[in-house]
Parts: sequence; structure tokens; C-alpha cells
Amino acid sequence: MKSAKGTVFRYGDNVDTDVIIPARYLNSTDAKELAKHCMEDIDKEFVSKVKEGDIIVADKNFGCGSSREHAPIAIKAAGVSCVIAKSFARIFYRNSINIGLPIIECEEAAEAIKAGDTVSIDFDSGVITDETTGKSFQGQAFPPFMQKIIDSEGLINYINAQ
Amino acid sequence: MSGMTMSQKILASHAGLEKVTAGQLIEANLDLVLGNDITSPVAIAELKKFTKEGVFDKDKIALVPDHFVPNKDIKSAENCKCVREFAIRNNITNYFEVGKMGIEHALLPEQGLTVAGDLIIGADSHTCTYGALGAFSTGIGSTDMAAGMATGKAWFKVPSAIKFNVIGKPSKWVSGKDVILHIIGMIGVDGALYKSMEFVGEGIKNLSMDDRFTIANMAIEAGGKNGIFPVDDLAIAYMKEHAPNRKFVVYEADEDAEYDAEYTIDLSALTPTVAFPHLPENTHTFDDIDEIKIDQVVIGSCTNGRIDDLRIAAEVLTDHHVADGIRCIVIPATQKIYLQAMEEGLIKTFIEAGAIVSTPTCGPCLGGYMGVLASKERCVSTTNRNFVGRMGAIDSEIYLASPAVAAASAVTGKLSQPSELGL
Repeated sequence: MKSAKGTVFRYGDNVDTDVIIPARYLNSTDAKELAKHCMEDIDKEFVSKVKEGDIIVADKNFGCGSSREHAPIAIKAAGVSCVIAKSFARIFYRNSINIGLPIIECEEAAEAIKAGDTVSIDFDSGVITDETTGKSFQGQAFPPFMQKIIDSEGLINYINAQ
Repeated sequence: MSGMTMSQKILASHAGLEKVTAGQLIEANLDLVLGNDITSPVAIAELKKFTKEGVFDKDKIALVPDHFVPNKDIKSAENCKCVREFAIRNNITNYFEVGKMGIEHALLPEQGLTVAGDLIIGADSHTCTYGALGAFSTGIGSTDMAAGMATGKAWFKVPSAIKFNVIGKPSKWVSGKDVILHIIGMIGVDGALYKSMEFVGEGIKNLSMDDRFTIANMAIEAGGKNGIFPVDDLAIAYMKEHAPNRKFVVYEADEDAEYDAEYTIDLSALTPTVAFPHLPENTHTFDDIDEIKIDQVVIGSCTNGRIDDLRIAAEVLTDHHVADGIRCIVIPATQKIYLQAMEEGLIKTFIEAGAIVSTPTCGPCLGGYMGVLASKERCVSTTNRNFVGRMGAIDSEIYLASPAVAAASAVTGKLSQPSELGL
């Protein structure tokens, strides 16, 4: 994916993996089933409102807590095209890259972007544009090694290609 | 150029490098790859996408169904079946069926599968527990687990570190849980994000191995990549008892290693500490706690289900009774701990006090089963997370505490410390 564009769902600090996908649903590994309950304990309306391509913007430490890969899987399967946050918890960050969910760290964007704004992202340049306000932000670029995993659409494809 | 931290030295040795520096991306050889009944099915599905089938070393993979076992429902049973069949198909040495299993992070050190100097990844965030023995161990997701199982390697960004200089001796009812809750309260749930938490100092000799497991276990609750302790006589004695056939390697930080921050933790100054809803950083001590009535107490988990924890809880509950209307659930973390608790008479103490004792499971910690909370219910729990909805209803509340505080609270029916019982 080279770019993304969608409507923003906005959350605060420390959005943990238990609210992204509550453990009561972890008896399933089916992405579509998990997506039905994505963000359920923090935003009951998320699942009914989210459209293909929409974007999550949050403050610091997004994805803290459990190592469950079900969390980025649920977000991706719900149709979200990118998560922008001030910072990410490290296992969530790793898992997202490994499964090919685009995520970007950008404090300024997370500070300025409001719920409901239309935001576009150019993944090659890392530029985030809030089309509602006209403001642009430079997201942090991935190190080349991680960019290769992302370009391969996940860790397994990357390893297979080597 | 500055020296390396203890964590960096283990990473360097496993990457075949003389020197690594913080921020460097490396590929390293793994000593153990771990998964449970929640994360392994996803990894097993990913593993099928590899062009080359099979696992790198059947002896260096541990599969521990522990979250929803004994199977809590049909879907959980199917997940466990998937893990069991994979283990049989690949002749995995360290697969732990019900009857042999325990909560993974209590079980693996007990089984001698984790020793000093090891590099361990596990598809469970509390994999950082094994740092108590001087290993570099960290939680990863299912795709990393799949790649680890297939190749025996993983990529790492070399972490920088925070140093905790531990001094003093804790008072009677202060244990490892109070130490780590105090630290998380001080630095916050992202205070160690991406970093190693390295514990050093003369006070460490006053912490039991079980205290150290508890402290390393919750490094992730401060965002840490790993928590790690020096390998002293106590750690060596533990490994000689549990892993007599494993060679271990002792690494020490260089004297000129650089740290992002340094803190001194005086164990003698700590008092029982509780994390209030809904973050582990939201800590309080009893001098600022008003009356908080509770409905349930859980004593167990990968954080506090070890024999020391059960001994402390039993000591508090001896000659006391669980208050009317309170459910007190005790969960020994492994079969061996369960048996030991039985032989020491602890189980009898729990049952006579009006608590129930479950077989090993993660169950209630993540709202799975065996103690799920209803709307507006409050639980004092020795587990590790008090996020919204973690143990059940989204408007239920979790107070994280030590086994001593949990047991005392079960007796009074409100958040309490042992001194309130005259102990």
C-alpha cells in the first residue's frame, strides 16, 4: 500500500490490547470474527461506524499490554488503513509491521488531528495530511530493514524471499 | 566508546557480534521459542505459509496451553487441539498437557528450560519473567513466534536501559509485587518503553527468586522490553536445582555501560502498594487509601502464583476466615506448586478459611473464566493488569496487589493490609 485516506477515529493515551480486542473473544483466531468486536470496550460504536480505509489516531503508548497479535489483526480486518500515534507499545509495533498493518509515530499529527477529520497518508514520504484543516505533518520513517518487511507485506513473505 | 549493558551483552553474543549499541538492528539466534493456547494457533497458521516446512529444533520450542485450559468452551478446546496436534506432528519435546502444565512463566523456569544467558522469545507479553535468572527474554507476537519456530532466529532493535539500584531490606509484608508496583507508579506504564530494566545492587540479596520473578514479570507493565537481574548465588542455586543439565552463562554489564536513567529503590522504605483502576501506574499506599469494599479476591497468575506467594497468603489466612459475601480464588501456578502447597498444608488453610483452590490456569487474570467479574464488581487481584474490562464487565474494577494484601482484603471484605488483622 502506497497511500491511505479515510475518516479519523480519535483515542487517548494507553489504549491497551484488552480494549482493542477483549480476551473473551480470544477463543477465536478468525480475523473477521475478531473485527466484529474491535475496540468494543472503549468505543461501542466503532465497529458499526468504521469504513474501509478509515484511520485511528491516538496519543501515547497505543497497544500496550498483551502480546496478542489478534489486536492488530482485528484493527486491520475492521478496515483500518493506518494507525497514527504519539508512541506505540513495542510488541504492538512489532506485530503490526509483521502482519502488514501500517502504523506511524507522529506526535505533532496526533496532537492536531481531530475525530472525524479526513486524513491522507503517503507511506513513501511519511507525510500525513489533515485534509479537513489543510495541515501536513512528517511522520517518523521506518528503518530500511523494517521498510523491507513492510514492502514484502509481512515478515513471513520477507523471510521466504530471502 | 561506552560499554554494554547486561541485556546488550546477551544480544551481542547471540548475534555473533563483539559489540552492539542501542538502536542497532540485529538478527540473533534463539535458545527458546514459547507459545500458549491463545497465541500458538495464530503462529501455527502463519508457519504454514513458509516455503520450508517444519521447526528449527524440536527441543527449543515450548508449547504451554494455560490460558483457557482445562478447556473453557468449544472454541478454546479447538485451539488447544490445534496446538496439541501440531506438537505431536512436529515431535515437540516441551509440550505440556493438562496434568503436566502450569502457567507458562512459572512452569518454564521450574522445568529448567530457562537459564542465565539464554535468549528467549515468547508469544506472551510476560515472557520477560525469565530475566529473574539473568536471561534476555521478551514477549513477541504470533508471527514472530512462527518465524522463530521456523528459523531459530529473530530480529531485535538493541535496547537502551534504565538502571535500578536496589538497596535495603524489605519489611515483613512487603514483597516483589510491592517493589514493581512502586517502580511502575514512579516511571509510568510507558516509563521504560522499548528499554531494558536492569536491576542491580546489594538489596537484591534480600529478594527471593519468587520476588525476582514477580518483578521481572511486570517489566512489560512499564513498557519495558525486558527486565533482568544479576546472577547471584541464589539464582545459581535455583538453576542447579531446576536445570542441573543445562549450561548457563553469566553476563555482567560493563562498568562503563550507559543508562538512560538511574533510580535507587530502597526496599526498607517501601510499604504495601496497590494499583487502582485502570492502569498499573495508578499506585497508592495505605496511608492514602479510604475504605474500598470488594467482592472478590484472586491469588495466583504468572505474577504471583508461586510457592512463596501461597505461603504468604496462607500465613495471613491462618486462623482467619474469608468475609461473608467475598469470593476468594487461589490458583497455584503449576502442578508442582499445587502439590507442594498441599504437602505444606497451605491448601488446607485456604479451604478452611473459605477460599477455593483451582488447578493451574491464567483464567480470571484476562477475564477468561474461573472468576469473571460482573458489572460494578471490585476485585483485589495479585495479577498484572487492571485495564478496563480486563477481568470481566467493562465497569468492573481491579486493584492489583501483593498476595499479603489480597489475603488480608479477603478477610476484611475491603482493601486491607495484614497489619489491619494484627499481623
